This record gives sequence, structure tokens and C-alpha cells, in this order.
Amino acid sequence: MWEALQFDFMRNALLAGILVSISCGIIGSLVVVNRIVFISGGIAHAAFGGIGLAFFLGFSPLLGAALFAVGVSMIIGVVSSKARHRSDTIIGVLWAIGMAVGVILIDLTSGYHVDLMSYLFGSILTVPPSDLWTMAALNVVILAIVIVFYKEFIAMSYDEEFAFVVGIPVRPLYFALLAMTALSVVMTIQVVGLILVIALLTIPPYIAECVTRSLGQMMAVSSLLGVCFTLAGLGLSYAYDLTSGATIILVAGVGFFAFQLISLIKKKGASLS
Amino acid sequence: MNIPAIDMQGVWFSYDRTPILENVTLTLKQGDFLAILGPNGGGKTTLLKLLLGLLRPDRGTIRVLGESPRDAKYRVGYLPQNTDFNTTFPISVMDVVLMGRLARYRIGKPYVRDDRMRVETVLKKTGMWDHRHAPVGRLSGGQRQRVFIARALATDPEILFLDEPTASVDPDFETGLFELLKELNQRVTIVIITHDVGVISRHVKSVACVNRTLIFHEEGKITPEMLDMAYHCPVDLIAHGVPHRVLPTHTED
Repeated sequence: MWEALQFDFMRNALLAGILVSISCGIIGSLVVVNRIVFISGGIAHAAFGGIGLAFFLGFSPLLGAALFAVGVSMIIGVVSSKARHRSDTIIGVLWAIGMAVGVILIDLTSGYHVDLMSYLFGSILTVPPSDLWTMAALNVVILAIVIVFYKEFIAMSYDEEFAFVVGIPVRPLYFALLAMTALSVVMTIQVVGLILVIALLTIPPYIAECVTRSLGQMMAVSSLLGVCFTLAGLGLSYAYDLTSGATIILVAGVGFFAFQLISLIKKKGASLS
Repeated sequence: MNIPAIDMQGVWFSYDRTPILENVTLTLKQGDFLAILGPNGGGKTTLLKLLLGLLRPDRGTIRVLGESPRDAKYRVGYLPQNTDFNTTFPISVMDVVLMGRLARYRIGKPYVRDDRMRVETVLKKTGMWDHRHAPVGRLSGGQRQRVFIARALATDPEILFLDEPTASVDPDFETGLFELLKELNQRVTIVIITHDVGVISRHVKSVACVNRTLIFHEEGKITPEMLDMAYHCPVDLIAHGVPHRVLPTHTED
């Protein structure tokens, strides 16, 4: 399998996998503890509208996806603070409309045959080096923001009301989190596709949450788990000639169920003894 | 000390047109120790959330230490009624109490040694220092409440708001807590929401009863009107038993 590394595209794929695993580990941890998994799913699917628009108007699909994702995340942010109990409905609506807009715009783009599958299920093997730089830069930005506002993010995520009472600007932080989620989602679409983004954002943080004692540890462990899942998935997809994005997610899925099984056995063991 | 700790003038509040508070007026001087009594659903917690700036009144004005509640935020400490949330969140006792050291003007700067020392003091006072590394989610309800009381104390507030601080702690700690609050009250204004008429009558300086409207008694007496208000929804008061000592006080009035 190591001979695969002599190919440029494979090395790029490895790097892309590592980079999105780090951002997914950090942002996914915040997404999971803030219970905005559904929002991140909505952002991912609505981003497809941006990809369609980019093809229609002829600019970079990554830019189109980023614009749509950030825009939709801001709308969701406003809706969820104004009408909290209806926000899931609005997210569902944006989720569907974004997808539909994307498909129609690509239909309308004459003479251009777009490989839809590569956006739905990822195309880690065709990540261009320029995208790697974008990913690396975004990782640095996310890491810097989370480090600087670490204690404020903990306060907002753990006890929003108290954070507000002591004067933490909870709303700006929440919108910052949504924007960072949107950008991470767009990055992750490259690797596993927009349908599978949620798995990479949630499975590693879920496992990490159970075995760590602080948000920082949770972020580190889920980044590490993400790297393991992506690299193992990438290797398997190469060895057996499978779709890389789906293989990565299945590896993560196996990890998820194995972890559940182990904790179940541990619990049984503890209650028996 | 001339600025009142709390000044509410003609405050009205409703949730979706259901009136919760009607024409509430309350002036509390600094250094006071106020107990807010009242039936469940009577608006006690809503009143507190208005004072904390978590809710905005439909009508009327609220001043906390002479400022709007939103501007006074960094000057108050707060114990929420419910401490039983986010139990899977990976956070230690120490880190929860450190949250009390957060403030707007320190955003983006790490905690310093002073913060940790302050946290050590309040954790020792609440008897949770030995548990400082424990995950908060694994503590018992009573232990968790102690941690949140420690967090409220760690803010070094000018006014301390406590929503049902004795709801799930053991009687021993309850006595200790009121000793602690009494000591703190020499410097800090304290507002406490409670169902426990027995305990408060021994410790507080003034009493307010809230059931849509508010009756305030500056000398800490529970007046017949208050009991009348409370008895409209009597479950909690009866469950805790109204101490006999309280009733004679009002017949003497």
C-alpha cells in the first residue's frame, strides 16, 4: 500500500485528510457539545446551492460553497435566536432548497457536465494543491480563534445563560462558531462529500467526549481519531478500489459501533462485579 | 451606598401574552439580604432573570446598582435554579468554578494565578476542593449544587442572586451555607429565591412574596398577605410546613 504514496494525488489526499480531520475535531467538538449537529447538516446541504451557482456563473465551486454555507449559517443563527422552537423546521427547509437550487443551476449550465457524485460523496483523490493551502490557512485561523477564546467557548457551550450573565458576548461567539462550522463543512465536502460531512463532524467528537475530561482534550482526541479514520479509510479505498469518502465514513462508523460495544461491555462488567 | 442595589419601578412582563409579573415595584438597599418567596409559576425565577438582564420587561424600568441589568452584569453573581444540565460535557469542577472568574473586560486572556487562588478559597468553603478534578457530570445533585454555589461566589459579586440554593443539598451544608452567606452579607447584597420559609426567617433581613404581583416587607416578616398569596398555590409551602414561629409574628402586627 505504501507505494501509493509515490503518487502526488495520494500525498495530497493524505494531507487533505489530516487537515480536515483537525478542523473537524475542533469544530465538531463544539458542534456536538452545543447540539448544533442538525444545523451543520443543513449548512452542508445548502452549500450545494453555492456549488451550483459557481458553475452557473463560472467561478470556483469552493468559493460558491463557502459563500452559501456562511450565508445560510448566519440565517440559521438569526432564526434560532429569534424563534428557537421553529429553528429545526427552518433548517430543514434551507437544507432542501439549497440542494434543489444547486441541481437546477447545474441543469441550466449549458455544455458543462458536472460530476455530481464528487460533491455528494467527496473527491479526496482530486484535491488540488491550491486547496490544500486554503485548508491549512483555515485550520490556522480556526485554531487561533478557538485558542484565544477558549474559556469563553467553554462557558458558552456549557452554560450559555451564565456566560451571558457574566458579560460574555454570547451571540457574537455563537455566530463565530456557526461561520467556522460553515467553513469547516465546505472544506470537508472536498474529502467526504456533503452527504457524509455530518459523520466526520460527529463520530470522532462523540467518542472523544466519553473518554476526556475537558473540551481541549476532547478536541485533540477527536482530531486524532479523525486522522486515524481518514487515513485507514483512504488506505482501504485504495486497496479495494472503493469510493474514498464512503470508505472513510464506514471506517468511522465501525469505530463508533465498536466503541459503543466496548462501553456496553464495560458497563455490564462494572454492574456485575 | 446611596444607590439602591435593586430598583424596579412598575415592571410588567408576560410570556406570549400570559402575564407573569404585573406592576412590580421594589427598591432594595445595598447590603440587604432578601428572600423571594412564592408559589411555583408565581414569577420568582422570571423576576430574577429580569434582574440579570436575561429577559427584558414589557414595561417599567429596572436598575441594578444604578445601571441597566445588561451593564451591571459583571457586578453580579448568579446561581441558576437548575444545575442538572449538560452532564456529559467534559468539564471538571475546577473549570466550572473558574467560569465565575470570566468577565467582559478579560475576554481572550487566560486565567491567572489570582483566579485559581480565588477558586481554591470558594471550593474549600463549599467543601468541594477534594473533588476539584472530578467531572461535574458524575457528581451527585447536592455536590453539583455546591460547585455552582462556589462558582457564584467566585465572581466576587456586589450582588449575589441565588435561585433555590438549598433545593438538593443536605441539611448540614444548608446550615453551613447560611453561615457563609451571613458572613458574605457584610459586604455583598444577597437575593435568594427559596421555598424554605423556615430557614429564611432566621437569616434574611427582608422578604418579598411574588405571585404575579409583589409584596415587599423590609423587616423580613412574612405578612398575612404573603401567606395568602402563597396559599393560592400551596403545595410547596405545605410540603415544607410553615413554621409555627412565623404565624404569631403576623398576628402581632
